[in-house]
Amino acid sequence: MTAPQIEIQVIAVLVAVSCALPGTFLVLRRMAMMSDAISHAILLGIVLAFFATGDLTSPLLVAAAAMTGVLTVSLVELLNRTGLVREDAAMGLTFPALFSIGVILVARYAGSIHLDTDSVLLGELAFAPFNRLTVWGYDIGPRALYMMAGIAALNVLFIAVFYKELKLATFDPALAAVLGFSPGVLHYASMALVSLTAVGSFDAVGSILVVALMIAPPATAYLLVDRLSHMLALSALLGAAGAVAGYWVAHVLDASIAGSMASMSGLLFVAAYLAAPQRGLVSILLRRARQRLEFAQRMLIVHLYHHEGVPEADRENRVEHLHAHLKWKRSFAERVVFAAGKKGLLERRDGFLALTDDGRNAAREAIAG
Amino acid sequence: MGTALDLLGELVWNHTLRTVGTGAIFLGIVNGVLGSFAVLRKQSLLGDAISHAALPGIALAFLLTGSKSNLSLLLGAAAAGWIGTLFIMSVVKNTRIKYDTALGLVLSVFFGFGLILLTYIQRMPVAAQAGLDTFLFGQAATLLRRDVLTIGILGAGVLAVVLAFWKEFKLLCFDPDFAHSLGFSVRALDILVTTLLVTSIVIGLQTVGVVLMSAMVVAPAAAARQWTDRLGTMVVVSALFGALAGGSGALASSVTAHLPTGPTIVVCLSAIVIVSLLLAPNRGIVWNWARERANRRRIMTDAVLADLYVLAVRHEDPGHGHPISVLRAMSMGHGGVDRSLKLLRQRGLVRKTETVTWSLTPAGLEEARRLAGKGDGEETP
Repeated sequence: MTAPQIEIQVIAVLVAVSCALPGTFLVLRRMAMMSDAISHAILLGIVLAFFATGDLTSPLLVAAAAMTGVLTVSLVELLNRTGLVREDAAMGLTFPALFSIGVILVARYAGSIHLDTDSVLLGELAFAPFNRLTVWGYDIGPRALYMMAGIAALNVLFIAVFYKELKLATFDPALAAVLGFSPGVLHYASMALVSLTAVGSFDAVGSILVVALMIAPPATAYLLVDRLSHMLALSALLGAAGAVAGYWVAHVLDASIAGSMASMSGLLFVAAYLAAPQRGLVSILLRRARQRLEFAQRMLIVHLYHHEGVPEADRENRVEHLHAHLKWKRSFAERVVFAAGKKGLLERRDGFLALTDDGRNAAREAIAG
Repeated sequence: MGTALDLLGELVWNHTLRTVGTGAIFLGIVNGVLGSFAVLRKQSLLGDAISHAALPGIALAFLLTGSKSNLSLLLGAAAAGWIGTLFIMSVVKNTRIKYDTALGLVLSVFFGFGLILLTYIQRMPVAAQAGLDTFLFGQAATLLRRDVLTIGILGAGVLAVVLAFWKEFKLLCFDPDFAHSLGFSVRALDILVTTLLVTSIVIGLQTVGVVLMSAMVVAPAAAARQWTDRLGTMVVVSALFGALAGGSGALASSVTAHLPTGPTIVVCLSAIVIVSLLLAPNRGIVWNWARERANRRRIMTDAVLADLYVLAVRHEDPGHGHPISVLRAMSMGHGGVDRSLKLLRQRGLVRKTETVTWSLTPAGLEEARRLAGKGDGEETP
């Protein structure tokens, strides 16, 4: 690995971790789409602040853009409060408008600022090592590395200091308000942090893939663990894994690093969605099939129990009859009978089904509820 | 003015502009109609997810067929948009992950995958790949007659289905449970509406771009909602707004350099939305403000009339005048007493005595009794 390669990966990991931490709260608080709104709207803030300062690396730019993010959140809430449009529409109206103005400004003045409409969407992580930070004439590394390290540290610090408050506001906002925390202040503080993170990540991954890094790792972690602290740690870990894997896939394909990081995070999600213990699709389907079979067995023994000893039992208690009586397909009926037989609930005599003592007891229990 | 006329002249005579204008207006109509259903069903952001999810479909269709033929790219986009929507539904149904997270996940991850493919294609040594990136922000100027024909045919098909299932869709929007109890398959209707939405979105991708296509779905409908309470009117107004913004945005961007079409259309749409939110009768913000002001004025005037009535009842002579300072004191600091008296005098309910005091006229007494009577049933004191 060359030095720039290592630097790119370190920056990618820092971006992914910075995004995953506030993203966890967005996912839990049903505000995931706010990341979409913020990451788009900050473009306008970046462009306007650039016009004001004339310097793309000014820290003022970062502050102004982060403020635009918070402004967007307030604008969405304001529009929502008028009651004229629903919440989802309020968001769907606000950020495309702000983003469009930003894109038009970029496109019109593309010559004079070092942004173009493609880099707005893509970001360019590969260029990050070229922009160096020098202190007293010494080259101490890429500027993006220090900025992202700062933002990551800020995120960790914020969450560590306000952990209890954030937890309460996330899971029981009403109780948080009663206890005297002001959820409003905390809400805007965390939105400011999301905005700041989005601004920092903007150069590296662009406006849309920030959303992937903020949502995909927490969503994956949400399928795997139940505690907030575990979810935060796992989100950061998954984000970092997706970032490194994404870098190498992009390296092999010679394709967009940011797109590749988003795709890897997506793949991790799909893997968890399919294979997570308990919450994964495979285990859900297996569980459903098992429950269906168990329920069917209980239905069968109750059916047999009801018809036991009555004259029509000879006709009713037969595998062939289950189709007519319980609307079961032949193959399903065979499976149920086999499973119940294996458990010793019934015996099979030339197609006639007879309950065992165990089966009779189980049927009585099932009826009694 | 001259430039506007020039543009109109160009529009009539310039073949390219006519093509672009027609295509964009078609798009606006179709998306305005489908957007109405999406907005009413709280699926405003689904359009965002579908349009972003379409990007890998476009790139894959190009990789597989090697052609930029409109139809194959459309099919690819529609397939990817559909898969994205299904994935959202499946995640929401099977896990504890909420709708918004599933939307954002599909939107960004599909888009990221699309960008990998797009950058991969761009580095391929084929000349034909040029122009695929116009799908990001859209470029109306690239619309050909053939494309407009595709948009027109697919769009007309979508509108025909909407007309055919009008009653069912209406029911689905406002009372899906009732629809279910009537024996309609809500699931099938849901799938049908989503399919139409996917179709109307993908036919707009070349013009508006995947990034901002969602605004084309949400904005006309949200604006139209302000002007009417009826679904039929809303759909028509929304189609008109869509056509207006689509047409003007696409034309403005085709005649101006460095003006991407998608963002231009969105700015036009946003202007329509802002005007609608402010000015629409009954619901608009300005309208509401004026109504509240009129109400407040009326209540204050009635209060002064009631105060005078109280004074008149307590006094032996109902025609006895009372100084304005008493009325001011009785209004408990609400102010506007002078203005109220002026209004009441215009209506002939109060009069000014020679000693510059105020008293009720017989008509005013009658009116005050009527107002007081309203408060406690039929009885008048």
